[in-house]
Amino acid sequence: MSTVTAPPARRGVVGEPVWRVGGDARVTGRQQYVADVHLPGELHAKLVSLPVARAKILAIDPSAALAVPGVHLVLTAADLPQPVPRFGPQFEDRPVIAVDETKYHGEPVAAVAAETKEAAELAASLVRVDYEELPAVFTVAAALAPDAPLVRDPATRPGDPFAETNILREHRVGWGDVETATADLVVDETYRFPMVTHFAIEPHAFIAAPDGDGIVVWSSIQHPFWLQRVLAKLLGLPLSRVRIIAPDPGGGFGGKQHAKYEPLVAFMARAVERPVRLVLSLEETFQAVRRAAAEVRVRTGLQRDGTLVFQDIEANYLIGAYADIADRVVGKGSYIACGPYRLPNARIVARSVLSHTVPSTAFRGFGNPQVNWAVESNLTEAAARLGMDPLELRLRNLARKGEAFIPFDTPADGDWAETVRRAAERIGWWTPKAPGHGRGVSCGIKSGPTTGLSYATVRFLADGSVVVFSGTSDMGQGARTVFAQIAAHELGVPVEWVTVVMGDTAVVPYDQQTSASRSTALMGNAVLGACRDVQRQLRAMAARLYGLDEASITVAEGVVRLPDRELSPLEVLKAGLGRLGGELIGTGESRKPDEPGHPLGGSAYFYEFNCTTCEATVDAETGDVTLVRYVTVSDVGRAINPLQVKMQDEGAAIQGLGHTLMEKYIFDERGRIRNLGAIDYRIPTSMDLPLQLESDFVEHGDGPGPYGAKGMSEGAILGAASAVAAAVRDACGAVIRDLPLDPERVWRALQERGRR
Amino acid sequence: MTVPSTLGPERLAIELTVNGRRRTTAVAPWQTLLDVLRDELRLTGTKECCLVGECGACTVRLNGRIVDSCLVLAVEADGGEVTTVEGLAPVGSLSPIQRNFLRYGAVQCGFCTPGQLMAADDLLRRIPDPTIDEIAEGLAGNLCRCGCYEQIIEAVAATAEEARG
Repeated sequence: MSTVTAPPARRGVVGEPVWRVGGDARVTGRQQYVADVHLPGELHAKLVSLPVARAKILAIDPSAALAVPGVHLVLTAADLPQPVPRFGPQFEDRPVIAVDETKYHGEPVAAVAAETKEAAELAASLVRVDYEELPAVFTVAAALAPDAPLVRDPATRPGDPFAETNILREHRVGWGDVETATADLVVDETYRFPMVTHFAIEPHAFIAAPDGDGIVVWSSIQHPFWLQRVLAKLLGLPLSRVRIIAPDPGGGFGGKQHAKYEPLVAFMARAVERPVRLVLSLEETFQAVRRAAAEVRVRTGLQRDGTLVFQDIEANYLIGAYADIADRVVGKGSYIACGPYRLPNARIVARSVLSHTVPSTAFRGFGNPQVNWAVESNLTEAAARLGMDPLELRLRNLARKGEAFIPFDTPADGDWAETVRRAAERIGWWTPKAPGHGRGVSCGIKSGPTTGLSYATVRFLADGSVVVFSGTSDMGQGARTVFAQIAAHELGVPVEWVTVVMGDTAVVPYDQQTSASRSTALMGNAVLGACRDVQRQLRAMAARLYGLDEASITVAEGVVRLPDRELSPLEVLKAGLGRLGGELIGTGESRKPDEPGHPLGGSAYFYEFNCTTCEATVDAETGDVTLVRYVTVSDVGRAINPLQVKMQDEGAAIQGLGHTLMEKYIFDERGRIRNLGAIDYRIPTSMDLPLQLESDFVEHGDGPGPYGAKGMSEGAILGAASAVAAAVRDACGAVIRDLPLDPERVWRALQERGRR
Repeated sequence: MTVPSTLGPERLAIELTVNGRRRTTAVAPWQTLLDVLRDELRLTGTKECCLVGECGACTVRLNGRIVDSCLVLAVEADGGEVTTVEGLAPVGSLSPIQRNFLRYGAVQCGFCTPGQLMAADDLLRRIPDPTIDEIAEGLAGNLCRCGCYEQIIEAVAATAEEARG
């Protein structure tokens, strides 16, 4: 495993590869995901959509559908309050169901509720919709053309300078002066990243049930409290009447952050006064969530010795028909496009370009993989043109710890060169390569959370067992385990004695969201704070019990220290609670305030820094890329659970290899996705792994989370594509600027190279 | 408007032995084994994802071999013997492969895990001493988007090694 370069903060369960809390239920089939929940009297919903991208809805006739036995409801926009309520985390632009016009292939125009799945499906196929297909845009070029059909009605954008275009918003950030900077070499190229989808193995599922004058909604959602706000506003209810139950999602990856069809299902449940469940098909998830495509032009200016002089970046992200959180993805992802380097002059212009396609949303890496692909590939090209080692070029420019590499943001918070050297050593960067083998390197960086607010409650029960209440969603990243480790460590009990309760807004205290690899750090600090609150109470208890001055007692890391002896927290608790029993209740709060005036609304809580190196061979006959070795090293601050760190790091890398080697949406000329579902859209299997995959981490306890932890779940996805493309180039000379690097594209690049 | 006859009342009685227990149920002709397990018998450990036999989340053992239960009609399984993830070990205990999935970190979100376990169990029955390549190939029909493949392979290899003693 990794070399621990600083001593671990404490002895105990922190830093140990503790087995997943909740793991037993997952290996026995007892884990309940939303689709496994059934309510008495529930109805089954099915969505109705059109086989076109954009269309004017002329008429909807539900009569045949309503005639199917067991059908209770065919809901259309006409059945909703008028104007039809809209929602969205950034812009409230998405209607509960399509109004007048569908804007992308798969947008529901009606929804059926019936006694059985079969009846709902049959009825959905019988809803008659008269429509007229309308001109639409599916690419950056088409969307930005002067006469392009507009995705959003300009009337809904008063005062917006871009109202007459498909640009939702333009983000500009920079420093120094790119115009006057002079360089020995300028590398000016454009790179493309296709639309890809999350493909969580659990398709999104939703259940809504009326509850007195309120509502209960089950959703496989990452942000239950955000959903609670959205539904309260749409339904005109106080927060206290909207209960969100969010069982652990079966994979989220960003695609389950924000409300999708919960508002629709809630309105349906209220209309029929019965519970309504909607479980999406995998195909429908492809039409619900995806990553933004991007076209990124990068101009890098360098001195002859490889020193960076300027970077000038123009990134057009193709978002969908509704904004969801996509514009934040564009703004935050592009903001740090210039990477972890010392750069005197920078100009970044990024646009959220609307199109008649599936709304793009957060997806692991949050807009960074797209710019990393472009910018790191550009640096690799620069190194080649300078005749310089691409690793050396990166090390020469890498920001040192404490350096303000973005002048108005958090300085570099890690010894990043150590991470790069580790990745280089592990791939054998300086050793000779076998014939036909090529190597590549890429550095990835992502801003952590810019704001945050998490509360936690810890109850230390009379027998020494512990219950932690947290609003984080454990979608596989292992948050439950980390929080249990923190509580066990601080209160001196075995991890098995800790229960972590999550996923119910009526039970757990508020948490802003589960995103941006924040939970170990932000919620971790709240849990730690709640444990410290319990420790304070134990200290007062011990002072009272033993007639001591509180100041002479310390309680930390599972030990109560009196002047003359040490006790366990449980001993003090039992004696202190006395005959009536009871418990100690601690509360914790962790806050990263916003910073008005900051381009992102707040500076980075931490950075996720990763270096990926790999070695590849290319089959000249087929264009097939074989990854002979693949190394990912992340700066994690502190690995509270090294096994889970490895799983998240490798998982991010393998997900990155998906968009690197095989994944993309294929559209027809009418904007319909032609490879919906698992047969025609391939994601990595156990047969697609690098022959040798290694994950390592650097830990110096220099993060803001408990024991110096940083977030780390996204780092390894950032540079996957740029590292692999660099290795492909090194192996066979093919320079590729579009993803994925599938055999056909690589083969064509080889032919092209052969002709030159 | 005529309603298609497929929604009519005719359902066929079938009998299955599921995890050692005799179960009778009435199914519609188009219902799959997956539908019966999840919706009729409420054995929700078996998961539903792609419904085209590509993801492996619905893998169960039927009459001695694993199948994608989304591709098997319930009536085809009539009289059959089915094992699901719930039947891998007695309640309250874990089989060696289940335990090793936890030990080696082969479980993240857990949604693909039941299918992975059924495929791994089958692989070890067929090839008690598999090579790493045989494990990777044996599990190639089970997608894991969390990307636990290395750990799943490790867990299967460790289970085989333990069985050898």
